[in-house]
Amino acid sequence: MSAPLSQEQKIVHFLSRISFGPTPEEVQRVNRLGIRAYLDEQLEPEKISDNAAEEKVAALKTMRLSSRELFELYPPPKVAQERGMMPGEMNAPRFVILELQQARLLRAVYSQRQLYEVLVDFWNNHFNIFAAKGADRWLTTVYERDTIRPHALGRFRDLLLATAQSPAMLFYLDNWLSVSPNGAMARMPANARRRGLNENYAREIMELHTLGVDGGYTQQDVREVARCFTGWTLVRPRGDPEFRFEPRLHDQGAKTVLGTRIAAGGGVEDGMKIIDLLARHPSTAKFIATKLARRFVADDPPASLVSRVADAFRRSDGDIRTLIRAIVDSPEFYSPEAYRAKVKKPLEYVASALRVTNAETQVTPQLLRYLGRMGEPLFLAQPPTGYPDVSASWVSPDMLLTRMNFAADLVGNRVDGARVQATALRATQQFVRVIAPDSLSSGTRAALAEAEGPEALALLLAAPEFQRR
Amino acid sequence: MNHSRRSFIKSAGLGFLALGLPPSFLVRAAGAQQGSRGKVLVVVFQRGGMDGLNVVIPFKDRAYYTLRPSIAVAEPAAGEERAVDLDGYFGLHPALAPLKNIYDKGHLAIVHAAGSPDNTRSHFDAQDYMEIGTPGIKSTPDGWLNRYLSEKRLSDSPFRGVAVSPQTPRMLTGAAPTLSLSSIEEFRLRNQSMAATLQKLYTQSTDPLFRQGGNSLFDAMARLRAIESKIPPSSATYPAGRFGNGLKQIARLIKADVGLEIAFTEIEGWDTHVNEGGTTGILANRLKEFGAGLAAFYQDLGDRLDDVVIVTMSEFGRTARENGNRGTDHGHANVMFVMGGRVRGGKVYGRWPGLAQEVLYEGRDLDLTTDYRTVCSEALARHLAQRDMARIFPGFRPAISVGLLA
Repeated sequence: MSAPLSQEQKIVHFLSRISFGPTPEEVQRVNRLGIRAYLDEQLEPEKISDNAAEEKVAALKTMRLSSRELFELYPPPKVAQERGMMPGEMNAPRFVILELQQARLLRAVYSQRQLYEVLVDFWNNHFNIFAAKGADRWLTTVYERDTIRPHALGRFRDLLLATAQSPAMLFYLDNWLSVSPNGAMARMPANARRRGLNENYAREIMELHTLGVDGGYTQQDVREVARCFTGWTLVRPRGDPEFRFEPRLHDQGAKTVLGTRIAAGGGVEDGMKIIDLLARHPSTAKFIATKLARRFVADDPPASLVSRVADAFRRSDGDIRTLIRAIVDSPEFYSPEAYRAKVKKPLEYVASALRVTNAETQVTPQLLRYLGRMGEPLFLAQPPTGYPDVSASWVSPDMLLTRMNFAADLVGNRVDGARVQATALRATQQFVRVIAPDSLSSGTRAALAEAEGPEALALLLAAPEFQRR
Repeated sequence: MNHSRRSFIKSAGLGFLALGLPPSFLVRAAGAQQGSRGKVLVVVFQRGGMDGLNVVIPFKDRAYYTLRPSIAVAEPAAGEERAVDLDGYFGLHPALAPLKNIYDKGHLAIVHAAGSPDNTRSHFDAQDYMEIGTPGIKSTPDGWLNRYLSEKRLSDSPFRGVAVSPQTPRMLTGAAPTLSLSSIEEFRLRNQSMAATLQKLYTQSTDPLFRQGGNSLFDAMARLRAIESKIPPSSATYPAGRFGNGLKQIARLIKADVGLEIAFTEIEGWDTHVNEGGTTGILANRLKEFGAGLAAFYQDLGDRLDDVVIVTMSEFGRTARENGNRGTDHGHANVMFVMGGRVRGGKVYGRWPGLAQEVLYEGRDLDLTTDYRTVCSEALARHLAQRDMARIFPGFRPAISVGLLA
């Protein structure tokens, strides 16, 4: 299609991108306030009261606990045995991840701070942690809450630093074990696990967190960055974990990173310099602009948009609010090419179905299992790349089948934990207006006209049109 | 596998009649209407960068022990916690002991110092290059397994290319329709009353992405239901987990003669920066699952293995030197396994470049002497009779012939 978007389409498009899916109520609100004012509101989430969502999340007790408390209450089986605890589903480490997944889906469905939640999900995936890796089972809850959430609409540099010093990241990408091979500690026999450099974090902070794989760094830069971050470590990973700079583990020599010389004896400042250098590097501006534009506009975002957002990144020193405005205010955002150009990833698909039908949701393991079968078990992406954000990744036959089965199960009220009310079952035509106004194919229109009640709704949620946003 | 019985049937000709056993070729002929007993190439991707040097151990290369003071696997000798001797120079990690028998029977070949020639140490890029088949060139739109399927149109079976993995792997994406599934039994719509309408919505959709996905899905579901009762259960015990399940489903599809030509599955968890260990540790645990899976597949397929070649690969090897944490960082060349009834196994192929400092790739990694595309080309040419290899691996000409298949 090439006609410019109608006002109705613009609103639905806007809501499809800055939230986990439009609802009749939010469409009305945008109509009343206007897109600009609605966006302003969403960009100040701290001013939006969010009781419904927070009450539901508050019922998940692990969400409030520290890593130390989580480890105490949900210890690994061996420790549980030693303490004479009765092992069970409710005190296993897996329960911590389960509640974390539940909270993510509940907030996606119920939060009034939708744009904020979209960004929390985005940054969590950008700075991915595999929650099932060792001590990260007790660290990821805190990572999401205290590292990602405070900075999701803040400054990129602060977010980068927060992740660099977070126990979860120090553990996941092994930097806590990376030490100077010449340092005093490395030679102590008690330190069998820490005898030298570990490149894991140094590589990923450049490839995945900042510069991008083509951002202009070399293998030598990876070594040098790893040397700068020696001594950025973690104490008590399974007790009361905390970031610490340990000078005795640090490589005190001079380093050169991306052509910048870092003088000997810098201590903890070496790592701080790397954070600043990477956060302000032009490749980072471009890489982050590309990823955000990919999330909000199109798999292959227009170069004109990327370069404008990258400029905004440089001018604002990586202010995430400014970047979002640059994207949502752009002509590319409302271009016909961008309309419905993105395939919903599984979280977006499930949340948007629950939102549009106003289903009463208590997130259950069964509900979460659908997400797994669709390819996105939350917080469980093993590689540091996180989950992909391009359409082709989410449409394998098995994934499509799971979406169809989910739609039918949801509408048939066969999903444990989600109840669709009778009124919703009769509101299919109303939902069409908030999903894809004037954009259904003739085939889908005909099918919906022939079907009745619940079956029409199930078809709408399973149809190709509802897989896109 | 019951090797003696297999040789017996082969050599005894019509002797089976006396035993009252159904001749396997007649059983196959019955299945021929479905898709005939075709040749199958199975690719196993080990995601994360497997440490080939601790998988097939060069125990006679003394530098190996110097480079890896705390994670080296001891050379073969009496006792269990040591490498399993293959040829006097290389040994299998003890966790792979189940594969030794297959190697000895000549059905497992190993290619060392093999992999992708690009020097990237990014997981994502290295996997991508390996999957699109053009290391160093990112713009290639499709995967090399899909190019094979597009090249040959042996049948219109929706099972020509099947991935048992959560996502369709890059290696299998492209113009030819392919299928991904995780379980034969669960591959069905639960609400059958919607099936006809949904099929129409998808297969007649104006959205090409969903039209293609829908076509593959509904075609495959229909065919799978039609033959489901003929799909035999597994006759081997696979290790628990996604990898064992993947091989199990593939073996069942092979035995059901559904027209499978290319199969893919994967196993994660090879990114051993910390506590990789030697004979025990993270790598040993991954290898246990990997070896048990391949051994079960071998046993399960029995004499159908004559029609199957399975090739394993990982995006890169790891540093020759251990790092500071009893682990290894991202490196270069690796080791590949090739298993099948017609494989010239029982041998470690590939020129060994050595591990002395002056011959290490970029001063740190095992150098590469066999391009993985050479290994794959031999499987495609000898096993699947693909002639024009430039269509599969554009711009690549194998520099050497390994001779993996007769």
